[in-house]
Amino acid sequence: MLEAELNAKGGIKGPDGLMHKVEVVFYDNQSQESQSVLVAKRLIEEDKVPVIIGPSQSGTTLAIVDTTQKAQIPLISAAASFKIVEPVADRKWVFKTPQSDSLIMENALAYHKKAGHTKLAWISVNNAFGDSGRAELQRLAPKYGVTVVADERFGATDTDMTAQLTKIRASGADCLQIWAIPPAASTVTKNAFDLGLKLPVFQSHGIGNQTFIDLAGPSANGVIFPVGKLLVASSLPDSDPQKTVLVDYTAAYKTAYGKLPTTFGGHAWDAFWIAVKAMEKAGPDSAKIRDEIEKIRNFVGVTGVFDFSATDHNGLDNRAVTMVKIDGGTWKPAE
Amino acid sequence: MSDLLQYAATGIALGSIYALVALGFVTVFAVTGAINFAQGEFVMLGAMIAAQLVHAGMPLPLAAVLAVAGAALAGAALHELGLRPALGRLSPLGLIMITIGAATAIRGMALIAWGTDPFTVPAFTPGPSLDLAGAAVNRQTVWIVATTAIVLALVWFLFQRTTTGRALRACAADLVAARLVGVDPRRMGLVSLTLSGAVGAIGGVVLAPITFASYDMGLMLGLKGFVGAVIGGLASAPGAVAGGLLLGLLEAFATPISSGYKDALAFVVLIAVMLLRPGGIFRGSFARGRI
Amino acid sequence: MTRGDVTAVGVLAALIALAPLVASGYQLSILISTGLYGIATIGLVLLVGLARQVSLGHAAFFGLGAYVSGLLATRAGISPWLTIPAGALAAMAVAYVVGRPVLRLHGHYLAMATLGLGIVFQVVLNEWVDLTRGPSGFGSIPTATLPLPIAGGETASLYLVWLAALAVLALSLWLVRSSPGRALRAIGDSEVASELLGLHTADWKLRVFTLSGAYAGLAGALYANYVTFLSPQPFGFIFSLELLVMAVVGGLASVWGGMVGAFTLVVLTETLRRSLPEWLPGSSGELELVLFGVALAAMVLLRPTGLVGLAAAGLGRARSLRAAPATAEEPLHAG
Repeated sequence: MLEAELNAKGGIKGPDGLMHKVEVVFYDNQSQESQSVLVAKRLIEEDKVPVIIGPSQSGTTLAIVDTTQKAQIPLISAAASFKIVEPVADRKWVFKTPQSDSLIMENALAYHKKAGHTKLAWISVNNAFGDSGRAELQRLAPKYGVTVVADERFGATDTDMTAQLTKIRASGADCLQIWAIPPAASTVTKNAFDLGLKLPVFQSHGIGNQTFIDLAGPSANGVIFPVGKLLVASSLPDSDPQKTVLVDYTAAYKTAYGKLPTTFGGHAWDAFWIAVKAMEKAGPDSAKIRDEIEKIRNFVGVTGVFDFSATDHNGLDNRAVTMVKIDGGTWKPAE
Repeated sequence: MSDLLQYAATGIALGSIYALVALGFVTVFAVTGAINFAQGEFVMLGAMIAAQLVHAGMPLPLAAVLAVAGAALAGAALHELGLRPALGRLSPLGLIMITIGAATAIRGMALIAWGTDPFTVPAFTPGPSLDLAGAAVNRQTVWIVATTAIVLALVWFLFQRTTTGRALRACAADLVAARLVGVDPRRMGLVSLTLSGAVGAIGGVVLAPITFASYDMGLMLGLKGFVGAVIGGLASAPGAVAGGLLLGLLEAFATPISSGYKDALAFVVLIAVMLLRPGGIFRGSFARGRI
Repeated sequence: MTRGDVTAVGVLAALIALAPLVASGYQLSILISTGLYGIATIGLVLLVGLARQVSLGHAAFFGLGAYVSGLLATRAGISPWLTIPAGALAAMAVAYVVGRPVLRLHGHYLAMATLGLGIVFQVVLNEWVDLTRGPSGFGSIPTATLPLPIAGGETASLYLVWLAALAVLALSLWLVRSSPGRALRAIGDSEVASELLGLHTADWKLRVFTLSGAYAGLAGALYANYVTFLSPQPFGFIFSLELLVMAVVGGLASVWGGMVGAFTLVVLTETLRRSLPEWLPGSSGELELVLFGVALAAMVLLRPTGLVGLAAAGLGRARSLRAAPATAEEPLHAG
């Protein structure tokens, strides 16, 4: 969709003032870390790309960070973990577009604090996504006066998390914070509902797609989670700088794919246009592209408004996160 | 107290699914001597086909029947294409590799046909959870447990009380003797694979409303079901069901101790049972007989 | 080792030495992957083809070698030149310790026990966060480079990996022709007969298992050295399966089968990655899964001697192969 859109406009306008066609090379890393490394090497060595976009998972991105650093090719990842771009000193060539889990966690904890929650029950999926969220919780919880009274895990393909939730029920928690992606995120929500767990349920940005609601059914109602503004685009005030971008993106996505967009697609969309923006200034030179990405300010994307700098390779702040509540099977802004 | 009950209820629900998978393993192993690595994929096929048909607007009972028939057909195909040419000719190792190959191929085909997105199947009888002395029990769980009991009874009846069953048992007991009395072991192999496909798919259909159907759900369920079968001695239907239930209970009660290490537990139990009590832990009791 | 083997190893060594002159960096990375997986696969060929035991958990030994080497280099600051052998030794030691009880099992039971061990290992990697850094893994593993005046990291990695791979190849070729190899072949053919001849079958099986564990550990340590990022994700059941597929496709009747199988699968995966989306728009990894599965089953059923057997037959050398089988003729057949 993106390649067609760009080349329909005649390609990238280079620093020499001429239009250049862009070829986008896609490979499937099959969500395998060892495959990811080969794919990255292939893009760098064989296809000689000046910039790499993706992967969309924390594990597969972390696996290729060293490779791209060594090759000095800018990498714009569409994955969550803050470890991808921190510490910036060791991540000179790596950028990412999704909100870092630190940012998401700060928003979730701020909400908990405001709602008067002090005893949090935590349950997360046992992979890089859940692990990174868990590390952030442990780091940030004290700052918001929140105690973690239960800390449970489940496998990404587990079929029943009732046993973990039973333990949480006995922990005296006043809220349940889940950190996972569907289908497991939906299963655990459903299990909590079936168990009659009387705790407000919170999730993460991992459920920013319709799949979560489709799978969890009625049990999804009432779930609150921190996420980008895309899901509630139509209810944003007109003054919001992202409103136009989000509404247009939703419409374009619907035309192309016949369904509602997900926040994950938005991350890749942003990564693509950030690369294009940098290449318009820098041409096909990797080092110059990297420098130009660091100079991008006030880029209004689907995920948020990006302000990159030499010390911030994510470029997002609190404006990129909003609290969303699922109500009647759709997303509503949570007050 | 109500927590303990809750763990028990969760364990029995989990264990019933493991039991159905274990039953499929035992049916094939007892008759053909092969461990069918594709057993978990039959569960996936049952769940996925049912989900697809329901989404296409078919009433659930009809979708369920077709899903079970579809997986039974897959079992028959696996026997005809993979096992029939190999049985008696290849070592257990060769048989394992063939069924692993088949399992991988089935998973890949499911991925091509239905993609990575999980699908839902509506609960058989929707409604809030039931309260059993303080333990919340999902209505679908009742279906799962009841189905397991009925399937076990049917399999037992088939093996013990019908002519086909006697022929199957003859193969299980002694291949040469079975041939001498006019039983065709290949035909019995076909019957056992078809049966195991159907049993696995039944598990998938009743499980899907709780856990969603996705192309990759078969692998772990298959492995856990195998552990259940080994606990039960690998050659007895009641043993397999008891082994599956026991594993489910073990996992449920181990979860509060460490939910992270829970997945390792099944396999530690597997190795321990195989080394210490290779005939299964119910040796000499109800799980004595072959099938 | 026959004279033919010596020549073949020599030719292979020369080809690898000259490869950087003609091959691109990406092609070198394919050769590197072949070497890495080939080392581990040769171990499996010896185990399955020679001793007729099976392992569905070899990814664990690979992962163990990788983690021991990677952690020692990263956290204890030990030179990679020492940590790579340490990784191999650790895997060897663990193989020896677990092999003793587990090898008492036969056929299906052994297969499932090794599979179980593999899964337990992966769970421990995920859970023992203090030691392994959990599901998120760790990167920036210091690498060993050969003291050669050569440019390009790929060339250095290629020489290092293939130095090890050729050594493993030569050692294994020698082993199958030596008296231990003959003893093993006897065990493969009939355990009862070899016990009667005074061979301690259990000891011999344990020795091959230990050696194959060491090979896998060595391969893993070199993998860590090459990729410089480790997380538990790659070292699961699927990888164990892939190694076994490589061994079967290459051919269980010859040590060369390990290398041929590894090369075939690596190249096939890479070719399919590019061409599949062209043949079948929208598909990628899916069809590959089907092909692997069908290839494995078909190979076992129709060509149990794998590609090496096929090539030997094609070259009209079938007779000489049969006269002096490198290992058991058709290792998958009922004895």
